Amino acid sequence: MREVRKFKPSNIIVHILLLILVLINLFPLYWMVTFSLKNNDEILGYSYVDEATGERVLVPPNHVGLPQHWEWGNYNKAMNTGNMGQYFINSLAVSTSVIAITVIASFMATYALTRMVWKGRKMMNKFFMLGLTIPIHAAIVPVFTILSKMKLLNTYAALIVPYAAFSLSMGILISIGFMGDIPYDLDEAAFLDGCGVWKIFFRVIAPLMMPAIATVGIYTFLQCWNELLFATIFVSSGKYRTLPVGVQQLFGQYTTDWGPIGAALTIATLPTMIVYILLSKRIQDSFIAGAVKG
Amino acid sequence: MKRTFTYKLNIFLFLLPALILFIGILIAPIIMSAYYSFHEFNLVANTDMEYVGLNNYRILFSSMLTNPNTGKLYANSMYLGDALAHSLILAALSTFIQLPLALIIALKLSKGIRGERAYLSIFFMPVLISTVIIGRLWMNIYDPGQAGLLNAGLRALGIDKWLFPAITSRITSSKLPFTGQWTGFRETALLAAFIPILWQYVGYHMLLMYAGIKGVPADLLEAAQLDGCTEGQVNRFIIIPYIKPILKVCVIFAVTGSLKSFDLIYALMKDTSRAELPSTLMYKLLFLHQRYGLGSTVAVILIVLCFLFAMLISLAFRDKGAKVA
Repeated sequence: MREVRKFKPSNIIVHILLLILVLINLFPLYWMVTFSLKNNDEILGYSYVDEATGERVLVPPNHVGLPQHWEWGNYNKAMNTGNMGQYFINSLAVSTSVIAITVIASFMATYALTRMVWKGRKMMNKFFMLGLTIPIHAAIVPVFTILSKMKLLNTYAALIVPYAAFSLSMGILISIGFMGDIPYDLDEAAFLDGCGVWKIFFRVIAPLMMPAIATVGIYTFLQCWNELLFATIFVSSGKYRTLPVGVQQLFGQYTTDWGPIGAALTIATLPTMIVYILLSKRIQDSFIAGAVKG
Repeated sequence: MKRTFTYKLNIFLFLLPALILFIGILIAPIIMSAYYSFHEFNLVANTDMEYVGLNNYRILFSSMLTNPNTGKLYANSMYLGDALAHSLILAALSTFIQLPLALIIALKLSKGIRGERAYLSIFFMPVLISTVIIGRLWMNIYDPGQAGLLNAGLRALGIDKWLFPAITSRITSSKLPFTGQWTGFRETALLAAFIPILWQYVGYHMLLMYAGIKGVPADLLEAAQLDGCTEGQVNRFIIIPYIKPILKVCVIFAVTGSLKSFDLIYALMKDTSRAELPSTLMYKLLFLHQRYGLGSTVAVILIVLCFLFAMLISLAFRDKGAKVA
């Protein structure tokens, strides 16, 4: 069948259309990386007076081509003046803490929801699943009030706790799928050996949930790495600012200096892209796991 | 007796971390927001809560939003009706343009075309980029000056010569001529916001649909082929009904995503009022004008709408499924 398909002329048309889509997909990113390495003259175009003829010569902007002079200094500016390095570390600290909390809390809840027998556990499951639909806007004013009363605004915790709470429903949803695949015989064997629920959870179940950590972790990571609304409102000091807010702040700083903006955008994009190239199948699978079971 | 008690205590302890987070950050704030929506107060000036009944709801839906200090309307009229209309337009564009496009690509890719994994991975990539970065990048693409990529492309192809006057003639919100300020006019701003959304999320829906199509049992497809079904018939009568649950998830994501959308508009435009969405309106009310009661009211309306649409979409899909069966 495969051979027949290869020579079908309609497939060539499909490939051409798909390649056009690939171009549309990649070109803005290529453009971003190239303008991050150009100077303003190249980006905006410029004019000069030719000394031999005395005429004004217009040099049009270089939109599509590679940079003529590679301006690596733009990256220095973005890192130093734009402070992207600090924001990068902040984002990393917040994301990893959120992953840790989400994984622990959702594994424990999932254990109680699926391995322990009690009345109302189905209702409790539905209750947690409400979180999939609740928009984060619901929490803004009350959480802002609570954080400001507890003097927690402008700390890492101001982002970590709300992010973990909003990642929880998806964490539980994914964990239920994974925990369901672990055979109940293991629990029974451990129980007969005299293990209590805590020992069963930590010694038997948790070690077998390693693949779930990756899936929950990836999903959670991308949610908080890219989040803007909470990050803008709950943190105003540059010390704890995360990458998306840092990028947003570039509005005021260099509205006319394109190169450093491009550099900042590239710095903020590159890590996720590298991780994606290394783990593309895994990342896609965690998005599928999150949606298909919902 | 003691054992059952320990057992129950353990259940509670296992649920405790999740319950604290979930109730503390999601459930209690919803109730608090609902309470706030009947009040007006200022967190910065630390004023007392003043009970105003349904007044916040009335104000938001009547475009009578005035500045309490001057008694006049705010400079950029803030009307929830417009913001809701904008987000519903975005929802409709997402559902009727983005999802069919995603479905067509997913159907083509899932039939074993060469390099399907590479195509899939490339199309999905923008999903992982922060929406703020995409907004900021597209702001540069739309730039009305010399450097803007879109206008440079239109100029190079000579399209601007007839397209710009044509747009100018349709603009009623301003007397300025349209010279490529895509985010600068009410008539073009929303569409300018939709293009990056389409660009970013079409791959997401495509991936979900692709995974669903790959889950269709092979014998079902073989049987259809043996019966002489064309590709179009297989798509229409076997694959699409089979992946209905996933299509439902996609529609819910597209619609609730449009209602909640904030990052892109906020990053794409310096002045969001030309494509105001409920969340950007809420942000302005809260942090520009310190109208915390009104902001909470917008939040409550958003929560209700998200649940309402999720329910309606589920119902719509359930009915059709029953008819097919």
